[in-house]
Amino acid sequence: MRHWWWKIAAIALLFTASVAGLYIPLSPALVHVSPDRFGAGLVKVQVTGYNTRFHSDVAVRLENGGDTFCPAQVEVLDATHLELTLVVPAGLREAMTDLVVGDLRYPGAFYTKGGGEGFPAMDCGDAIPVEEEQHFTFPNRSILYESIRNLHFHVPMWFTMVALMSLSVWHSIKGLGSNSLEHDRAAVGAVDVGLWFCALGLLTGALWARATWGTFWTNDVKLNGAAVTALIYLAYLVLRASVTDPAKRARLSAIYNIFAFALLVLFLFVVPRINAVDSLHPGNGGNSGFSDLDLDNRLRIVFYPAVAGWVLLGLWMADLRIRMARLSEQLDR
Amino acid sequence: MRPREILTLLQLEVALDLRQRAAWGGLLLYVVSAVYVAFLAVRSVQGAALWNALFWIILLFAAFNALSRSFQREEGGRQLYLYTLAHPRSVVLARTLYNAFTMVVLALLSLLFHSLFMGTRALEGAAWGPFLLAVVLGAIGLATVLTLVAAIAARAGNGIGLMAILGFPLVLPLLLAVMRASKLSLDGVAWSVVGNYVLGLVFLNVITITLAWTLFPYLWRD
Repeated sequence: MRHWWWKIAAIALLFTASVAGLYIPLSPALVHVSPDRFGAGLVKVQVTGYNTRFHSDVAVRLENGGDTFCPAQVEVLDATHLELTLVVPAGLREAMTDLVVGDLRYPGAFYTKGGGEGFPAMDCGDAIPVEEEQHFTFPNRSILYESIRNLHFHVPMWFTMVALMSLSVWHSIKGLGSNSLEHDRAAVGAVDVGLWFCALGLLTGALWARATWGTFWTNDVKLNGAAVTALIYLAYLVLRASVTDPAKRARLSAIYNIFAFALLVLFLFVVPRINAVDSLHPGNGGNSGFSDLDLDNRLRIVFYPAVAGWVLLGLWMADLRIRMARLSEQLDR
Repeated sequence: MRPREILTLLQLEVALDLRQRAAWGGLLLYVVSAVYVAFLAVRSVQGAALWNALFWIILLFAAFNALSRSFQREEGGRQLYLYTLAHPRSVVLARTLYNAFTMVVLALLSLLFHSLFMGTRALEGAAWGPFLLAVVLGAIGLATVLTLVAAIAARAGNGIGLMAILGFPLVLPLLLAVMRASKLSLDGVAWSVVGNYVLGLVFLNVITITLAWTLFPYLWRD
Protein backbone atom coordinates (compact mmCIF):
# COMPACT_ATOMS: atom_id res chain seq x y z
CA MET A 1 0.00 0.00 0.00
CA ARG A 2 2.66 2.49 0.98
CA HIS A 3 4.37 2.05 -2.41
CA TRP A 4 1.41 2.72 -4.56
CA TRP A 5 -0.64 5.34 -2.75
CA TRP A 6 0.60 7.92 -5.26
CA LYS A 7 -0.54 5.76 -8.16
CA ILE A 8 -4.02 5.63 -6.69
CA ALA A 9 -3.82 9.39 -6.22
CA ALA A 10 -2.81 9.75 -9.88
CA ILE A 11 -5.79 7.73 -11.08
CA ALA A 12 -8.21 9.56 -8.79
CA LEU A 13 -6.92 13.00 -9.79
CA LEU A 14 -6.89 12.16 -13.49
CA PHE A 15 -10.36 10.67 -13.40
CA THR A 16 -11.99 13.54 -11.51
CA ALA A 17 -10.17 16.23 -13.45
CA SER A 18 -10.97 14.65 -16.83
CA VAL A 19 -14.63 14.03 -16.01
CA ALA A 20 -15.04 17.50 -14.52
CA GLY A 21 -13.12 19.05 -17.39
CA LEU A 22 -15.41 17.44 -19.95
CA TYR A 23 -18.77 17.61 -18.15
CA ILE A 24 -18.91 20.97 -16.36
CA PRO A 25 -21.12 23.20 -18.52
CA LEU A 26 -20.10 26.55 -19.91
CA SER A 27 -21.70 29.63 -18.45
CA PRO A 28 -24.54 31.05 -20.59
CA ALA A 29 -23.51 33.54 -23.28
CA LEU A 30 -24.74 35.19 -26.45
CA VAL A 31 -22.78 33.67 -29.29
CA HIS A 32 -24.34 34.69 -32.57
CA VAL A 33 -26.50 37.40 -34.15
CA SER A 34 -27.85 37.39 -37.69
CA PRO A 35 -27.61 39.76 -39.48
CA ASP A 36 -24.65 41.26 -37.64
CA ARG A 37 -24.64 44.57 -39.51
CA PHE A 38 -27.44 47.04 -40.11
CA GLY A 39 -28.22 50.66 -41.00
CA ALA A 40 -30.92 52.96 -39.64
CA GLY A 41 -34.49 51.69 -40.06
CA LEU A 42 -36.50 48.53 -39.43
CA VAL A 43 -34.45 45.32 -38.99
CA LYS A 44 -35.31 41.83 -37.80
CA VAL A 45 -32.42 40.15 -35.93
CA GLN A 46 -32.05 36.57 -34.71
CA VAL A 47 -30.03 36.16 -31.51
CA THR A 48 -28.53 32.79 -30.59
CA GLY A 49 -27.55 32.05 -27.03
CA TYR A 50 -25.55 29.14 -25.63
CA ASN A 51 -26.69 27.40 -22.43
CA THR A 52 -29.19 30.23 -21.91
CA ARG A 53 -32.79 30.05 -20.75
CA PHE A 54 -34.57 32.93 -22.52
CA HIS A 55 -38.02 33.66 -21.12
CA SER A 56 -40.87 35.95 -22.11
CA ASP A 57 -40.09 38.88 -19.77
CA VAL A 58 -36.41 39.10 -20.75
CA ALA A 59 -35.08 42.65 -20.96
CA VAL A 60 -33.11 43.44 -24.14
CA ARG A 61 -31.22 46.61 -24.93
CA LEU A 62 -28.59 47.77 -27.44
CA GLU A 63 -25.81 50.13 -26.47
CA ASN A 64 -23.97 52.37 -28.87
CA GLY A 65 -21.43 54.96 -27.73
CA GLY A 66 -23.04 55.37 -24.32
CA ASP A 67 -26.59 55.68 -25.73
CA THR A 68 -29.16 52.94 -25.29
CA PHE A 69 -32.04 51.91 -27.50
CA CYS A 70 -34.58 49.12 -27.07
CA PRO A 71 -35.97 46.67 -29.60
CA ALA A 72 -39.56 47.43 -30.68
CA GLN A 73 -40.52 43.81 -30.13
CA VAL A 74 -38.82 40.75 -28.56
CA GLU A 75 -40.07 37.32 -29.54
CA VAL A 76 -38.73 34.32 -27.63
CA LEU A 77 -38.45 31.43 -30.10
CA ASP A 78 -37.02 28.96 -27.60
CA ALA A 79 -34.60 28.86 -24.67
CA THR A 80 -31.64 29.73 -26.87
CA HIS A 81 -33.19 31.82 -29.66
CA LEU A 82 -34.66 35.33 -29.72
CA GLU A 83 -36.06 37.33 -32.59
CA LEU A 84 -35.70 41.08 -32.17
CA THR A 85 -37.53 43.64 -34.25
CA LEU A 86 -35.37 46.75 -34.16
CA VAL A 87 -36.11 50.28 -35.17
CA VAL A 88 -32.52 51.40 -35.47
CA PRO A 89 -32.26 55.13 -34.79
CA ALA A 90 -30.26 57.34 -37.13
CA GLY A 91 -27.13 58.87 -35.64
CA LEU A 92 -25.38 55.87 -34.10
CA ARG A 93 -22.15 57.28 -32.68
CA GLU A 94 -19.89 54.27 -33.02
CA ALA A 95 -19.41 51.48 -35.54
CA MET A 96 -19.86 48.79 -32.90
CA THR A 97 -23.12 48.22 -31.02
CA ASP A 98 -23.25 46.01 -27.91
CA LEU A 99 -26.21 43.71 -27.32
CA VAL A 100 -27.39 43.16 -23.74
CA VAL A 101 -29.91 40.42 -22.98
CA GLY A 102 -30.79 40.21 -19.31
CA ASP A 103 -27.41 40.05 -17.57
CA LEU A 104 -25.53 38.79 -20.62
CA ARG A 105 -23.52 41.16 -22.76
CA TYR A 106 -22.29 40.57 -26.31
CA PRO A 107 -19.72 43.32 -26.93
CA GLY A 108 -19.54 44.58 -30.51
CA ALA A 109 -22.38 42.36 -31.66
CA PHE A 110 -23.40 44.63 -34.54
CA TYR A 111 -21.48 46.72 -37.01
CA THR A 112 -22.77 49.94 -38.53
CA LYS A 113 -21.00 52.68 -40.43
CA GLY A 114 -21.04 55.02 -37.44
CA GLY A 115 -20.16 58.67 -36.95
CA GLY A 116 -23.57 60.17 -36.07
CA GLU A 117 -24.53 62.64 -33.40
CA GLY A 118 -26.27 60.25 -31.03
CA PHE A 119 -29.97 59.78 -30.26
CA PRO A 120 -32.28 60.20 -27.28
CA ALA A 121 -31.76 57.42 -24.76
CA MET A 122 -34.51 54.96 -23.92
CA ASP A 123 -35.18 52.91 -20.81
CA CYS A 124 -35.61 49.23 -21.56
CA GLY A 125 -36.56 47.91 -18.13
CA ASP A 126 -34.64 46.03 -15.48
CA ALA A 127 -32.08 43.43 -16.31
CA ILE A 128 -33.74 40.19 -15.17
CA PRO A 129 -31.12 37.44 -15.25
CA VAL A 130 -31.55 34.96 -18.09
CA GLU A 131 -29.98 32.19 -16.09
CA GLU A 132 -31.19 32.43 -12.53
CA GLU A 133 -29.73 29.32 -10.96
CA GLN A 134 -25.97 29.61 -10.43
CA HIS A 135 -24.38 26.34 -11.52
CA PHE A 136 -20.73 25.53 -11.37
CA THR A 137 -19.65 26.65 -14.84
CA PHE A 138 -16.58 27.37 -16.93
CA PRO A 139 -16.21 30.80 -18.57
CA ASN A 140 -17.86 31.06 -21.96
CA ARG A 141 -15.87 33.29 -24.20
CA SER A 142 -16.14 34.10 -27.89
CA ILE A 143 -13.60 32.25 -30.10
CA LEU A 144 -12.83 29.76 -27.29
CA TYR A 145 -16.35 28.48 -26.48
CA GLU A 146 -16.29 24.75 -25.64
CA SER A 147 -12.63 24.41 -26.59
CA ILE A 148 -11.76 26.06 -23.25
CA ARG A 149 -11.86 22.50 -21.82
CA ASN A 150 -8.66 21.77 -23.69
CA LEU A 151 -6.90 23.86 -21.03
CA HIS A 152 -7.14 20.82 -18.74
CA PHE A 153 -5.49 18.56 -21.32
CA HIS A 154 -3.13 20.65 -23.47
CA VAL A 155 -1.31 22.52 -20.71
CA PRO A 156 -0.75 19.52 -18.34
CA MET A 157 1.04 17.75 -21.22
CA TRP A 158 3.76 20.41 -21.16
CA PHE A 159 3.95 20.39 -17.37
CA THR A 160 4.44 16.63 -17.52
CA MET A 161 7.02 16.84 -20.27
CA VAL A 162 9.05 19.44 -18.35
CA ALA A 163 8.77 17.33 -15.17
CA LEU A 164 10.03 14.23 -17.00
CA MET A 165 12.88 16.07 -18.73
CA SER A 166 13.89 17.55 -15.35
CA LEU A 167 13.90 14.05 -13.87
CA SER A 168 15.99 12.89 -16.82
CA VAL A 169 18.58 15.64 -16.50
CA TRP A 170 18.82 15.02 -12.74
CA HIS A 171 19.64 11.37 -13.46
CA SER A 172 22.12 12.44 -16.13
CA ILE A 173 23.97 14.67 -13.67
CA LYS A 174 23.99 11.93 -11.03
CA GLY A 175 25.09 9.44 -13.68
CA LEU A 176 28.08 11.57 -14.74
CA GLY A 177 29.20 11.71 -11.13
CA SER A 178 28.74 8.05 -10.31
CA ASN A 179 29.23 6.29 -13.64
CA SER A 180 26.26 4.06 -12.89
CA LEU A 181 24.21 2.59 -15.73
CA GLU A 182 21.13 2.64 -13.51
CA HIS A 183 21.02 6.44 -13.79
CA ASP A 184 21.44 6.16 -17.55
CA ARG A 185 18.44 3.83 -17.79
CA ALA A 186 16.40 6.27 -15.72
CA ALA A 187 17.46 9.24 -17.87
CA VAL A 188 16.49 7.61 -21.15
CA GLY A 189 13.26 6.18 -19.70
CA ALA A 190 12.13 9.63 -18.65
CA VAL A 191 13.00 11.12 -22.05
CA ASP A 192 11.14 8.31 -23.85
CA VAL A 193 7.95 9.04 -21.95
CA GLY A 194 8.50 12.80 -22.03
CA LEU A 195 8.65 12.73 -25.83
CA TRP A 196 5.23 11.06 -25.92
CA PHE A 197 3.84 13.85 -23.77
CA CYS A 198 5.51 16.35 -26.09
CA ALA A 199 3.74 14.69 -29.03
CA LEU A 200 0.41 14.80 -27.19
CA GLY A 201 0.99 18.45 -26.31
CA LEU A 202 1.68 19.26 -29.95
CA LEU A 203 -1.40 17.30 -31.05
CA THR A 204 -3.82 18.88 -28.56
CA GLY A 205 -2.25 22.23 -29.32
CA ALA A 206 -2.65 21.80 -33.08
CA LEU A 207 -6.32 20.87 -32.69
CA TRP A 208 -6.91 23.83 -30.38
CA ALA A 209 -5.13 26.15 -32.78
CA ARG A 210 -7.33 24.90 -35.63
CA ALA A 211 -10.45 25.63 -33.60
CA THR A 212 -9.44 29.08 -32.37
CA TRP A 213 -6.78 30.53 -34.70
CA GLY A 214 -7.99 28.77 -37.83
CA THR A 215 -4.79 26.84 -38.58
CA PHE A 216 -2.99 23.78 -37.23
CA TRP A 217 0.44 25.39 -37.16
CA THR A 218 1.60 28.98 -37.12
CA ASN A 219 4.75 30.94 -36.52
CA ASP A 220 4.45 31.38 -32.77
CA VAL A 221 7.41 31.46 -30.36
CA LYS A 222 5.93 28.73 -28.19
CA LEU A 223 5.24 26.48 -31.18
CA ASN A 224 8.76 26.96 -32.48
CA GLY A 225 10.15 26.31 -29.02
CA ALA A 226 8.15 23.11 -28.65
CA ALA A 227 9.14 21.88 -32.11
CA VAL A 228 12.84 22.53 -31.49
CA THR A 229 12.63 20.85 -28.09
CA ALA A 230 11.13 17.79 -29.73
CA LEU A 231 13.95 17.79 -32.34
CA ILE A 232 16.63 18.15 -29.64
CA TYR A 233 15.33 15.16 -27.70
CA LEU A 234 14.84 13.06 -30.84
CA ALA A 235 18.48 13.82 -31.61
CA TYR A 236 19.28 12.57 -28.09
CA LEU A 237 17.76 9.21 -29.03
CA VAL A 238 19.69 9.18 -32.32
CA LEU A 239 22.91 9.85 -30.41
CA ARG A 240 22.18 6.93 -28.09
CA ALA A 241 21.41 4.65 -31.00
CA SER A 242 24.72 5.40 -32.67
CA VAL A 243 26.95 4.42 -29.73
CA THR A 244 27.18 0.72 -28.88
CA ASP A 245 29.38 0.68 -25.77
CA PRO A 246 26.98 1.12 -22.78
CA ALA A 247 29.34 3.07 -20.53
CA LYS A 248 30.36 5.41 -23.33
CA ARG A 249 26.73 5.80 -24.42
CA ALA A 250 25.74 6.71 -20.87
CA ARG A 251 28.44 9.37 -20.62
CA LEU A 252 27.93 10.95 -24.05
CA SER A 253 24.17 11.06 -23.82
CA ALA A 254 24.29 12.46 -20.29
CA ILE A 255 26.46 15.33 -21.51
CA TYR A 256 24.14 15.99 -24.44
CA ASN A 257 21.11 15.75 -22.16
CA ILE A 258 22.43 18.43 -19.82
CA PHE A 259 23.07 20.71 -22.75
CA ALA A 260 19.63 19.91 -24.20
CA PHE A 261 17.91 20.71 -20.91
CA ALA A 262 19.62 24.10 -20.72
CA LEU A 263 18.18 24.86 -24.16
CA LEU A 264 14.74 23.53 -23.20
CA VAL A 265 14.62 25.95 -20.28
CA LEU A 266 15.78 28.73 -22.56
CA PHE A 267 13.28 27.90 -25.28
CA LEU A 268 10.19 27.18 -23.22
CA PHE A 269 10.63 29.69 -20.41
CA VAL A 270 12.99 32.52 -21.40
CA VAL A 271 12.43 33.20 -25.11
CA PRO A 272 8.59 33.35 -24.93
CA ARG A 273 8.92 36.06 -22.30
CA ILE A 274 11.49 38.14 -24.18
CA ASN A 275 9.90 37.71 -27.58
CA ALA A 276 6.27 37.69 -26.46
CA VAL A 277 5.18 39.85 -29.41
CA ASP A 278 5.30 36.86 -31.73
CA SER A 279 2.87 34.78 -29.71
CA LEU A 280 -0.82 34.10 -30.12
CA HIS A 281 -0.91 32.18 -26.84
CA PRO A 282 -3.06 33.51 -23.99
CA GLY A 283 -1.01 35.58 -21.59
CA ASN A 284 1.63 36.43 -24.23
CA GLY A 285 2.03 39.37 -26.59
CA GLY A 286 -0.75 41.41 -25.00
CA ASN A 287 -3.30 38.60 -25.21
CA SER A 288 -5.35 38.19 -22.09
CA GLY A 289 -4.49 35.08 -20.12
CA PHE A 290 -6.78 32.51 -18.60
CA SER A 291 -6.28 34.20 -15.24
CA ASP A 292 -8.26 37.19 -16.59
CA LEU A 293 -11.11 34.89 -17.62
CA ASP A 294 -11.05 32.74 -14.55
CA LEU A 295 -12.29 35.32 -12.08
CA ASP A 296 -14.05 32.84 -9.78
CA ASN A 297 -11.20 30.24 -9.90
CA ARG A 298 -13.42 27.57 -11.45
CA LEU A 299 -10.90 26.69 -14.14
CA ARG A 300 -8.17 26.49 -11.52
CA ILE A 301 -10.15 24.06 -9.36
CA VAL A 302 -10.06 21.57 -12.23
CA PHE A 303 -6.74 22.63 -13.76
CA TYR A 304 -4.43 22.06 -10.80
CA PRO A 305 -5.69 18.49 -10.11
CA ALA A 306 -5.38 17.79 -13.85
CA VAL A 307 -1.74 18.95 -13.82
CA ALA A 308 -0.97 16.88 -10.72
CA GLY A 309 -2.72 13.84 -12.17
CA TRP A 310 -0.94 13.97 -15.52
CA VAL A 311 2.47 14.59 -13.94
CA LEU A 312 2.00 11.61 -11.63
CA LEU A 313 0.87 9.47 -14.56
CA GLY A 314 3.98 10.52 -16.51
CA LEU A 315 6.25 9.60 -13.58
CA TRP A 316 4.47 6.28 -13.25
CA MET A 317 4.93 5.52 -16.95
CA ALA A 318 8.62 6.44 -16.73
CA ASP A 319 8.97 4.20 -13.66
CA LEU A 320 7.46 1.25 -15.55
CA ARG A 321 9.67 1.96 -18.52
CA ILE A 322 12.81 2.02 -16.39
CA ARG A 323 11.88 -1.21 -14.59
CA MET A 324 11.18 -2.87 -17.93
CA ALA A 325 14.59 -1.84 -19.25
CA ARG A 326 16.27 -3.18 -16.11
CA LEU A 327 14.47 -6.52 -16.36
CA SER A 328 15.20 -7.01 -20.04
CA GLU A 329 18.85 -6.29 -19.37
CA GLN A 330 18.90 -8.93 -16.63
CA LEU A 331 17.24 -11.39 -18.99
CA ASP A 332 19.89 -10.71 -21.64
CA ARG A 333 22.60 -11.53 -19.15
CA MET B 1 42.54 27.44 -15.35
CA ARG B 2 46.02 27.17 -16.79
CA PRO B 3 46.73 30.11 -19.11
CA ARG B 4 50.16 28.85 -20.21
CA GLU B 5 48.76 25.46 -21.14
CA ILE B 6 45.91 27.05 -23.06
CA LEU B 7 48.36 29.31 -24.89
CA THR B 8 50.55 26.34 -25.86
CA LEU B 9 47.51 24.44 -27.07
CA LEU B 10 46.44 27.47 -29.12
CA GLN B 11 49.90 27.55 -30.70
CA LEU B 12 49.49 23.87 -31.50
CA GLU B 13 46.15 24.57 -33.17
CA VAL B 14 47.67 27.35 -35.28
CA ALA B 15 50.65 25.20 -36.24
CA LEU B 16 48.44 22.27 -37.21
CA ASP B 17 46.15 24.51 -39.21
CA LEU B 18 49.03 26.18 -41.02
CA ARG B 19 50.16 22.72 -42.03
CA GLN B 20 46.76 22.09 -43.59
CA ARG B 21 46.28 25.25 -45.57
CA ALA B 22 44.23 23.35 -48.12
CA ALA B 23 41.46 23.03 -45.55
CA TRP B 24 41.16 26.79 -45.31
CA GLY B 25 41.18 27.08 -49.08
CA GLY B 26 38.43 24.50 -49.23
CA LEU B 27 36.33 26.46 -46.75
CA LEU B 28 36.73 29.69 -48.65
CA LEU B 29 35.85 27.99 -51.89
CA TYR B 30 32.79 26.53 -50.18
CA VAL B 31 31.62 29.97 -49.05
CA VAL B 32 32.25 31.57 -52.44
CA SER B 33 30.42 28.83 -54.33
CA ALA B 34 27.50 28.88 -51.89
CA VAL B 35 27.15 32.65 -52.25
CA TYR B 36 27.43 32.35 -56.02
CA VAL B 37 24.79 29.60 -56.20
CA ALA B 38 22.49 31.74 -54.05
CA PHE B 39 23.16 34.68 -56.36
CA LEU B 40 22.31 32.61 -59.45
CA ALA B 41 19.13 31.41 -57.75
CA VAL B 42 17.77 34.80 -56.70
CA ARG B 43 19.65 37.17 -59.09
CA SER B 44 18.75 40.44 -57.45
CA VAL B 45 18.18 40.89 -53.76
CA GLN B 46 16.04 43.89 -52.94
CA GLY B 47 15.12 43.63 -49.28
CA ALA B 48 17.33 43.31 -46.22
CA ALA B 49 15.29 40.31 -45.01
CA LEU B 50 16.33 37.98 -47.86
CA TRP B 51 19.90 39.28 -47.86
CA ASN B 52 20.17 38.61 -44.15
CA ALA B 53 18.54 35.18 -44.31
CA LEU B 54 20.81 34.00 -47.13
CA PHE B 55 23.90 35.30 -45.35
CA TRP B 56 23.18 33.39 -42.15
CA ILE B 57 22.14 30.17 -43.87
CA ILE B 58 25.36 30.13 -45.88
CA LEU B 59 27.39 30.91 -42.76
CA LEU B 60 25.57 28.17 -40.83
CA PHE B 61 26.54 25.50 -43.35
CA ALA B 62 30.06 26.87 -43.59
CA ALA B 63 30.29 26.61 -39.80
CA PHE B 64 29.23 22.96 -39.88
CA ASN B 65 31.83 22.33 -42.56
CA ALA B 66 34.58 24.12 -40.69
CA LEU B 67 33.95 22.81 -37.20
CA SER B 68 32.91 19.21 -37.79
CA ARG B 69 36.55 18.26 -38.32
CA SER B 70 37.74 20.01 -35.17
CA PHE B 71 37.88 16.81 -33.09
CA GLN B 72 38.50 14.38 -35.92
CA ARG B 73 42.26 14.65 -35.45
CA GLU B 74 42.21 12.95 -32.08
CA GLU B 75 41.74 9.35 -32.99
CA GLY B 76 42.90 6.49 -30.85
CA GLY B 77 46.38 7.15 -29.52
CA ARG B 78 46.54 10.87 -30.14
CA GLN B 79 43.63 11.55 -27.84
CA LEU B 80 45.25 9.51 -25.10
CA TYR B 81 48.55 11.32 -25.64
CA LEU B 82 46.91 14.73 -25.43
CA TYR B 83 44.96 13.59 -22.39
CA THR B 84 48.13 12.73 -20.49
CA LEU B 85 49.77 16.04 -21.42
CA ALA B 86 47.02 18.59 -20.81
CA HIS B 87 43.94 19.11 -18.72
CA PRO B 88 40.77 18.47 -20.77
CA ARG B 89 39.39 21.88 -19.78
CA SER B 90 42.41 23.57 -21.29
CA VAL B 91 41.92 21.53 -24.44
CA VAL B 92 38.27 22.49 -24.85
CA LEU B 93 38.90 26.13 -24.01
CA ALA B 94 41.81 26.40 -26.44
CA ARG B 95 39.84 24.70 -29.16
CA THR B 96 36.76 26.85 -28.56
CA LEU B 97 38.89 29.99 -28.69
CA TYR B 98 40.59 28.88 -31.86
CA ASN B 99 37.30 27.86 -33.47
CA ALA B 100 35.76 31.20 -32.47
CA PHE B 101 38.66 32.95 -34.16
CA THR B 102 38.20 30.76 -37.26
CA MET B 103 34.50 31.50 -37.39
CA VAL B 104 34.93 35.26 -36.99
CA VAL B 105 37.42 35.32 -39.87
CA LEU B 106 35.11 33.11 -41.93
CA ALA B 107 32.10 35.30 -41.13
CA LEU B 108 33.87 38.49 -42.15
CA LEU B 109 35.12 36.90 -45.38
CA SER B 110 31.61 35.60 -46.13
CA LEU B 111 30.28 39.09 -45.47
CA LEU B 112 32.74 40.41 -48.01
CA PHE B 113 31.79 37.88 -50.70
CA HIS B 114 28.12 38.19 -49.86
CA SER B 115 28.16 41.96 -50.35
CA LEU B 116 30.15 41.50 -53.54
CA PHE B 117 27.61 39.20 -55.21
CA MET B 118 24.35 40.05 -53.46
CA GLY B 119 24.86 43.79 -53.67
CA THR B 120 25.20 46.32 -50.92
CA ARG B 121 21.72 47.78 -51.18
CA ALA B 122 20.67 45.99 -47.99
CA LEU B 123 23.59 47.59 -46.16
CA GLU B 124 22.77 51.16 -47.07
CA GLY B 125 20.54 51.93 -44.10
CA ALA B 126 22.43 49.71 -41.70
CA ALA B 127 23.61 50.60 -38.24
CA TRP B 128 27.17 49.35 -38.75
CA GLY B 129 28.29 48.98 -35.15
CA PRO B 130 25.42 46.73 -34.00
CA PHE B 131 25.49 44.80 -37.28
CA LEU B 132 29.17 43.90 -37.07
CA LEU B 133 28.76 43.14 -33.37
CA ALA B 134 25.89 40.77 -34.19
CA VAL B 135 27.95 39.07 -36.94
CA VAL B 136 30.96 38.61 -34.64
CA LEU B 137 28.88 37.39 -31.69
CA GLY B 138 26.90 35.08 -33.97
CA ALA B 139 30.12 33.60 -35.36
CA ILE B 140 31.51 33.09 -31.86
CA GLY B 141 28.21 31.52 -30.78
CA LEU B 142 28.21 29.08 -33.69
CA ALA B 143 31.79 28.18 -32.79
CA THR B 144 31.08 27.55 -29.10
CA VAL B 145 27.95 25.44 -29.64
CA LEU B 146 29.37 23.45 -32.54
CA THR B 147 32.69 22.80 -30.79
CA LEU B 148 30.88 20.98 -27.99
CA VAL B 149 28.65 19.15 -30.48
CA ALA B 150 31.66 18.19 -32.61
CA ALA B 151 33.35 16.79 -29.52
CA ILE B 152 30.32 14.65 -28.66
CA ALA B 153 29.92 13.49 -32.27
CA ALA B 154 33.60 12.64 -32.58
CA ARG B 155 33.51 10.63 -29.36
CA ALA B 156 30.46 8.79 -30.61
CA GLY B 157 32.64 7.78 -33.55
CA ASN B 158 30.17 8.88 -36.16
CA GLY B 159 31.47 12.30 -37.05
CA ILE B 160 29.76 14.33 -39.76
CA GLY B 161 26.33 12.70 -39.96
CA LEU B 162 25.70 12.79 -36.23
CA MET B 163 27.08 16.31 -36.03
CA ALA B 164 24.30 17.63 -38.29
CA ILE B 165 21.55 15.80 -36.39
CA LEU B 166 22.78 16.92 -32.98
CA GLY B 167 23.87 20.37 -34.03
CA PHE B 168 20.94 21.82 -35.96
CA PRO B 169 18.39 21.89 -33.14
CA LEU B 170 21.03 23.11 -30.70
CA VAL B 171 22.13 26.10 -32.80
CA LEU B 172 18.55 27.15 -33.57
CA PRO B 173 18.03 29.47 -30.57
CA LEU B 174 21.32 31.17 -31.35
CA LEU B 175 20.49 31.38 -35.03
CA LEU B 176 17.05 32.90 -34.41
CA ALA B 177 18.49 35.51 -32.04
CA VAL B 178 21.38 36.45 -34.33
CA MET B 179 19.20 36.65 -37.44
CA ARG B 180 16.80 38.95 -35.63
CA ALA B 181 19.60 41.11 -34.27
CA SER B 182 21.34 41.49 -37.62
CA LYS B 183 18.04 42.10 -39.46
CA LEU B 184 17.13 44.85 -37.01
CA SER B 185 20.52 46.49 -37.30
CA LEU B 186 20.35 46.25 -41.10
CA ASP B 187 17.10 48.18 -40.85
CA GLY B 188 18.93 50.78 -38.74
CA VAL B 189 16.83 50.14 -35.64
CA ALA B 190 18.01 51.87 -32.47
CA TRP B 191 20.52 50.19 -30.16
CA SER B 192 17.95 50.05 -27.36
CA VAL B 193 16.06 47.38 -29.35
CA VAL B 194 19.01 45.54 -30.90
CA GLY B 195 20.85 45.62 -27.57
CA ASN B 196 18.42 43.11 -26.03
CA TYR B 197 19.21 40.55 -28.69
CA VAL B 198 22.95 41.23 -28.46
CA LEU B 199 22.75 40.72 -24.69
CA GLY B 200 20.84 37.50 -25.33
CA LEU B 201 23.65 36.35 -27.65
CA VAL B 202 26.30 37.12 -25.04
CA PHE B 203 24.23 35.23 -22.46
CA LEU B 204 23.93 32.20 -24.77
CA ASN B 205 27.69 32.20 -25.40
CA VAL B 206 28.42 32.35 -21.68
CA ILE B 207 26.04 29.45 -20.95
CA THR B 208 27.54 27.32 -23.71
CA ILE B 209 31.14 27.97 -22.69
CA THR B 210 30.30 27.26 -19.04
CA LEU B 211 28.62 23.99 -19.97
CA ALA B 212 31.53 22.98 -22.22
CA TRP B 213 33.95 23.86 -19.42
CA THR B 214 32.12 21.73 -16.86
CA LEU B 215 31.20 18.78 -19.07
CA PHE B 216 34.26 18.28 -21.25
CA PRO B 217 36.37 16.39 -18.67
CA TYR B 218 33.61 13.75 -18.52
CA LEU B 219 33.54 13.58 -22.28
CA TRP B 220 37.23 12.89 -22.52
CA ARG B 221 37.46 10.31 -19.82
CA ASP B 222 37.55 6.77 -21.09
